[in-house]
Amino acid sequence: MDVVMLSRLQFAVTIFFHFIFVPLTLGLSIIIAWMETRYVMSGDEFWKRQAQFWGKLFIINFTLGVVTGITQEFQFGTNWSKYSEYVGDIFGSLLAIEATVAFFLESTFIAVWHFGWHRVGPKLHCLCIWLVAIAGNISALWIIIANGFMQHPVGYVIDEAQGRAVLSNFYDVVFNGFAWGQYAHTILGSWALAGFFVLGVSAWHLLRKSDVDFFHRAFRMVAPFTLVLCLVLAISGDEQGKSVAEHQPVKLAAMEAHWHTGKNVPFYLFVIPDPANERNSVEFLGIPSLLSWISYGSADAEVKGLLDYPPTDRPPVSEVFWNFRGMVALGVIFIALSLWATWQRKKEEQNPWLLKCLVWNVPLPYIALMLGWAVAEIGRQPWIVYNLMRTSDAVSPIPTSSVGLSLIAFTILYTVLGVLDIYLLAKYALAGPKAQEA
Amino acid sequence: MLEIIWFILWTLLWAVYFVLDGFDLGIGSLMPFLAGNEEQKRLMYNAAGPFWDGNEVWLISAGGITFAAFPKVYAVMFSALYAPLLLLLFCLILRATSYEFRSKVESAAWRKSWDCVHFIVNILACVVLGVFFANLFMGIPVDANGVYQGNLLKLFNVYGIAGGIFFTLIFMMHGAIWLTIKTRGPLQAKAFLAAGMLWVGVAAMLIIFLILTLFYTNIYSNYLRMPWLVALPLLAVFGLACIPRLLNENRPLMAWLSSALFIVCTTFFGVMGIYPNMIISSIDPKGTITAFNGCSTPMTLEIMLIVALVMVPIVLLYQFWMYRLFYKPVSVEDLNSDHAY
Repeated sequence: MDVVMLSRLQFAVTIFFHFIFVPLTLGLSIIIAWMETRYVMSGDEFWKRQAQFWGKLFIINFTLGVVTGITQEFQFGTNWSKYSEYVGDIFGSLLAIEATVAFFLESTFIAVWHFGWHRVGPKLHCLCIWLVAIAGNISALWIIIANGFMQHPVGYVIDEAQGRAVLSNFYDVVFNGFAWGQYAHTILGSWALAGFFVLGVSAWHLLRKSDVDFFHRAFRMVAPFTLVLCLVLAISGDEQGKSVAEHQPVKLAAMEAHWHTGKNVPFYLFVIPDPANERNSVEFLGIPSLLSWISYGSADAEVKGLLDYPPTDRPPVSEVFWNFRGMVALGVIFIALSLWATWQRKKEEQNPWLLKCLVWNVPLPYIALMLGWAVAEIGRQPWIVYNLMRTSDAVSPIPTSSVGLSLIAFTILYTVLGVLDIYLLAKYALAGPKAQEA
Repeated sequence: MLEIIWFILWTLLWAVYFVLDGFDLGIGSLMPFLAGNEEQKRLMYNAAGPFWDGNEVWLISAGGITFAAFPKVYAVMFSALYAPLLLLLFCLILRATSYEFRSKVESAAWRKSWDCVHFIVNILACVVLGVFFANLFMGIPVDANGVYQGNLLKLFNVYGIAGGIFFTLIFMMHGAIWLTIKTRGPLQAKAFLAAGMLWVGVAAMLIIFLILTLFYTNIYSNYLRMPWLVALPLLAVFGLACIPRLLNENRPLMAWLSSALFIVCTTFFGVMGIYPNMIISSIDPKGTITAFNGCSTPMTLEIMLIVALVMVPIVLLYQFWMYRLFYKPVSVEDLNSDHAY
């Protein structure tokens, strides 16, 4: 493998590992803040116990999210130095703003929250977790604005003399509609993931009849929240799809394995792409004009096919297609499951099938989020900045052996830490609140 | 003008990072030498407990600001110094997990393993930071295209190693002084003793480092050109000189602030010495990158300046509040609380 492939692989390994921890942080912080707010408003110690129980899990999860995030910030320079030099004038400031606006807030107030139960009053303490929740979600905004620039670059001009892209309109970069669409979809997905996490852990305990009242009330609180999120998530996904159709038509064509440009394009429920022969080997159960309609909001809209683009400008079709299909299928499952949970939320402890499904469901939202990001990032290839810079031109001039070694080191270190972290998370989640308080 | 402001702000961010993360890296490096039993180990972990995470963000900010204000410097520095930076990164990752994981399983072997990891990664991070900056002061073998023509071992030259030892001793002293603030009883007594001994080491290493600087770098030429900059090393020496007296008078906070002054001025002494260069190529003058040819456009620099001028004071304010909140020494009751490390 060459430096480009190894660097891409390393970026994929480290970003996916980072993203095991991020979505739970984004969503669980809000759920905990909500619980603690109920405690502060009602004075009912029950909600304080809730906040403390889920808070413990939050902290275990949070640490790895933080430290694996530093990797990402370093990696643009270490492995993608040509990219950093080329777009640093725009991209760098977004990362720097993320750090100064969000990371300090998050790291400082999580410490006050974690260590400060007896040092600050209940209201101030509750404010701390809200600040953590807000800071985390703000940091996601800035990093996705940065990613949005890579997907749909705006607000820049090319400085020919210096051979780089430079900022021309900061407002356009920050209020890039494409980025905000991605942000909405990511954030909603992360919150839904946290909802399913709480439902899953609660279901596990309800199945075993341990702390029934404790987990029943957590379940009741979170089930409708998760349902609403899953529904809005579908709407935001549709919006994002239209955005992709408008700005990245070749990615859309790959997502749908759509080869020939045409109008009234049907949507096939069953497709097996055959990229080697530039066609699909199976196309089955087509719904007339549906693809035209979901992409552009009109049944006779023209949808560009992959064959309109030279092969060197197309993303890998199978990966993008299957990841996208997988994400959508999981999204459908989530809507059904959260609907079922919300419907049964007053008597869910009598429904072992629902509870079992929710326990087994816990990993699925993680997979769905990763599939979604894989679609966004693989679908952007061969570009690192869409239509502006190719991934192969972006890599650092470093020896293959360096990247190979660091990739091995990352893989080993992250595997060990991931196993330990999931072990601890499971240990504390399954031990329940009584064991924690003992 | 903007470039100069950003050069100074860039230096300041690193200086604040060294002052803040320096003490917790130092405490971790002192662990096997000072902690006689499990309780003392936990006192040391918790003396840095609420702070290390927020301190580390100064490094992330320093990295982010390098990217935003000096993208070319960021690109060449991070790719050329690939190995030491990833080493530092691995240390910081394991440092964080050693804090968080250690207390989560009731097993002596588990704790002992994490103690071991904690010590190694903390002291290694100190060494790497020292080696890294000493090499930046001296110059690194990058060609005109920003390609590094060397390997990791090349950084461990005489001057690099001296920098590594110097930084490690400084951070250990800084951490020992922090322990005199945050602990009481036998551990505090040991921390006082260690701070005094480390002070001698730092002072000796300072002299050696300054002499080596004359032979290995061009730092002094800036001081000949701009003599008023000599205030920086003088202030550094003043800060260092105050420490023993303040420790003897049992004023640990003042001693720690003196140590902070020493660290800030030492950082500025080195970085202002290479101004306006940010990366000095030791093999090809065309590979040298300055604050002027490596920076972002004025528009980006201005936007970032506004962000920095608004956000950094706010950050300092709430971090100061947090430090005051957790200023009291760690007590046995604190250790017994559910939330302690």
